Amino acid sequence: MSTISRTEQLTHIYGAGTAFEQAAIRNVNLNIEKGEFVGVIGHTGSGKSTLIQHLNGLLRPTSGKVYINGEDIWAKPKEIRKFRFQVGLVFQYPEYQLFEDTVYKDISFGPRNMGLSEEEIDRRVRQAAAFVELKEATLYKSPFELSGGQKRRVAIAGVIAMSPDVLILDEPTAGLDPRGRDRILGEIKEYHQQQKATVLLVSHSMEDVARYASKVLVMNRSEVFLYDTVEAVFSRAEEIEKMGLTVPQITRICRRLAAQGVPISPHTYTVESAKEQILSILRERGKR
Amino acid sequence: MALTDISIGQYFPGNSPVHRMDPRMKLVLTFVYVIMLFIAGNFLSLAMGVVLLLVVYPISQVPLKLIVKSVKPIVPIVLFTGILNMFFVKGDILWAWGFLEVSRQGVRMAVLLAARILCLIAGTSLLTYTTSPIALTDGIEQLFSPLKKLGAPVHEIAMMMTITLRFIPTLIEETDKIMSAQKARGADLESGGLFQRIRALLPILIPLFVSAFRRAEELALAMECRCYHGGEGRTRMRTLQMGRVDAMAALLVGVFLAATIFFAVAGAV
Repeated sequence: MSTISRTEQLTHIYGAGTAFEQAAIRNVNLNIEKGEFVGVIGHTGSGKSTLIQHLNGLLRPTSGKVYINGEDIWAKPKEIRKFRFQVGLVFQYPEYQLFEDTVYKDISFGPRNMGLSEEEIDRRVRQAAAFVELKEATLYKSPFELSGGQKRRVAIAGVIAMSPDVLILDEPTAGLDPRGRDRILGEIKEYHQQQKATVLLVSHSMEDVARYASKVLVMNRSEVFLYDTVEAVFSRAEEIEKMGLTVPQITRICRRLAAQGVPISPHTYTVESAKEQILSILRERGKR
Repeated sequence: MALTDISIGQYFPGNSPVHRMDPRMKLVLTFVYVIMLFIAGNFLSLAMGVVLLLVVYPISQVPLKLIVKSVKPIVPIVLFTGILNMFFVKGDILWAWGFLEVSRQGVRMAVLLAARILCLIAGTSLLTYTTSPIALTDGIEQLFSPLKKLGAPVHEIAMMMTITLRFIPTLIEETDKIMSAQKARGADLESGGLFQRIRALLPILIPLFVSAFRRAEELALAMECRCYHGGEGRTRMRTLQMGRVDAMAALLVGVFLAATIFFAVAGAV
């Protein structure tokens, strides 16, 4: 696999040169492989948001470099928009950025900015709408008439319509009910698989990260604490809990059970896998 | 562009005697100071206004840098009016070139005017430097409360001012967020002609308005839930009280006012 997004000694300092100088991220070296699904976790203020806004060139590094497909994105600052189309960023509560009078027009905002032809824009809008399961009739409604969950899906479609190689989502499920949450995450997974896209998902839910991500990026105090596979990261549960983060609930239960001598793997990260293991244990016991 | 770097309201927190003064007294004394500057019609009386600033600024512990910052934007206006005055006031001619004439009276007028405007800005800035916006609206509300008898909605206006001040940072943050979000979708805010640039602002302004209305509605609801029903019978957490500092400040300004009047009437300098 090849690297799609890379940072080199990336540092960002807010209010540089004033008394309120504060490093938001420090010396971040990252290598994100193509097609990876990365869960980004960390405390509020750990630098997650600052980091992701560097990956598509919204923030300019104080020092260090950001590369996309091997290209230094700040080599020609005038052409920075090109990279914003390659790396789509969905902010927290993206529904507050909707502005057009129809859903269709709003989703087409990104593709239109890319300077695509009308047919291509139409194709992209319909494809993006299909990804987030919007009905044809909804496309011609005003985005302000929709429900909260629908608005959010429209906003996500607005970014997906640019068909970015890398899709970054900052807490896309915040404030949604469990059903809305599963739906949106399912749609993101779908995009990931069908488009062979790289996805970065910022989340506070370790369950979601364990379920969808292949790798986990842990940020702590402006630095990258860990960037590894889900198994490797959650196996260091003690350190993660010391940071004030958690591991998935089911992992904690399985660890306790394993500690009590139940033959279950302490490296269980999803409820499904726990269920299977417990059922097989019960079957074993039933045989005896 | 980092919008969050902008500071609105120029309050400079501190604990000097000037900061501790009752906002009502500060408002009244600032008003008196402005009148004093307009009474001063000659150099000696205007000097009183300058000296008063030289006394009060060190007490307030507001750094010199801030005064310069507050005066800076109006320097062009001061220069412009000064130069106009120099040419248009007729009198004993000092210098002439074609139809342009500079008179002695003109120069005197220009210098007085410049000094007066600079004092005016520096003096009124001291009020906003040393008084938090909330204290300021409180003071305004109390000072104008007699107008309530005439049916003026004094409390409502003060409440609106307070809410406005409270929401300025929130809206700035919101604007920043929406701008980033639209830029992430490729919005181009930096290039194009005037018309294109105005059009490019729509994707930012519309969501901003929508969210401002949403916030206003939420706030109104929250206030009603807590039984807000206007100023009638409302008590305050911090009641304003005049103290010794206020009396001393009034005395100081009073003395300077008297001196200004004396020099303005007596002196012809």
